[in-house]
Amino acid sequence: MADTLERVTKIIVDRLGVDEADVKLEASFKEDLGADSLDVVELVMELEDEFDMEISDEDAEKIATVGDAVNYIQNQQ
Amino acid sequence: MLNDKTAIVTGASRGIGRSIALDLAKSGANVVVNYSGNEAKANEVVDEIKSMGRKAIAVKADVSNPEDVQNMIKETLSVFSTIDILVNNAGITRDNLIMRMKEDEWDDVININLKGVFNCTKAVTRQMMKQRSGRIINVSSIVGVSGNPGQANYVAAKAGVIGLTKSSAKELASRNITVNAIAPGFISTDMTDKLAKDVQDEMLKQIPLARFGEPSDVSSVVTFLASEGARYMTGQTLHIDGGMVM
Repeated sequence: MADTLERVTKIIVDRLGVDEADVKLEASFKEDLGADSLDVVELVMELEDEFDMEISDEDAEKIATVGDAVNYIQNQQ
Repeated sequence: MLNDKTAIVTGASRGIGRSIALDLAKSGANVVVNYSGNEAKANEVVDEIKSMGRKAIAVKADVSNPEDVQNMIKETLSVFSTIDILVNNAGITRDNLIMRMKEDEWDDVININLKGVFNCTKAVTRQMMKQRSGRIINVSSIVGVSGNPGQANYVAAKAGVIGLTKSSAKELASRNITVNAIAPGFISTDMTDKLAKDVQDEMLKQIPLARFGEPSDVSSVVTFLASEGARYMTGQTLHIDGGMVM
């Protein structure tokens, strides 16, 4: 958990240029972290690369918060 | 000018696509020569590009088939590792009057000429977004702007390409990917040679520059759109038609 969260957080900080302290599990990419739709698509792409997995479009659409991303990745592993 | 850039040109075994592939290579690009049927012709283009000292591969893919397109992108990345330029050129005609047009004539043209552009655009977007740069150039047609009797399917697809160009331009601009279209007029190729002589004569009368275009008249504009000089243009449709439609 900690490791996944750490890696996800790093990607979000790099990609969205937000403060690490703001990347909380309940934070919404669009509402809290200032991401637009394309940013979210890109985040998903980077998560795919980082965790060496494929996230289907249907699943990707359900990933709205940091917690959603972390849970999804852990459930797949 | 385009040194070490990777360009994918669909439908590049002959006609306008061939000329585009050769012109991009002349400007320095390595080229993926996509074809659907004519492997021998595609290999000729590849050989010609290699003789200029650039790299080239021929890749068979039906652009209307997303899996084919995906495989083409994978192969491109495994050989060249970047995709800087995509030229959506592949196209067919199945002309008929609306009253006589069969469903498969409509579907084939829409699937290759319009859905094919969508498939290829979608497939390269991931790589171009990562690179934070890319050029997509869609080959529409002047009849997509003006309409043309006997070509409802082709015109609908080519007009669709102009709309698709504008939407993709707006979606991708923030990632430094530009998307423009060209609308060639009457260009002498295998595709237009099939037209009846009287139709050709009638068309010539409507061209202020008083000649049919050559594939190189089109590929020079594509090379410009792929170049650094066109960096501040996106979502545009350039008419290359000798002034036919203004």
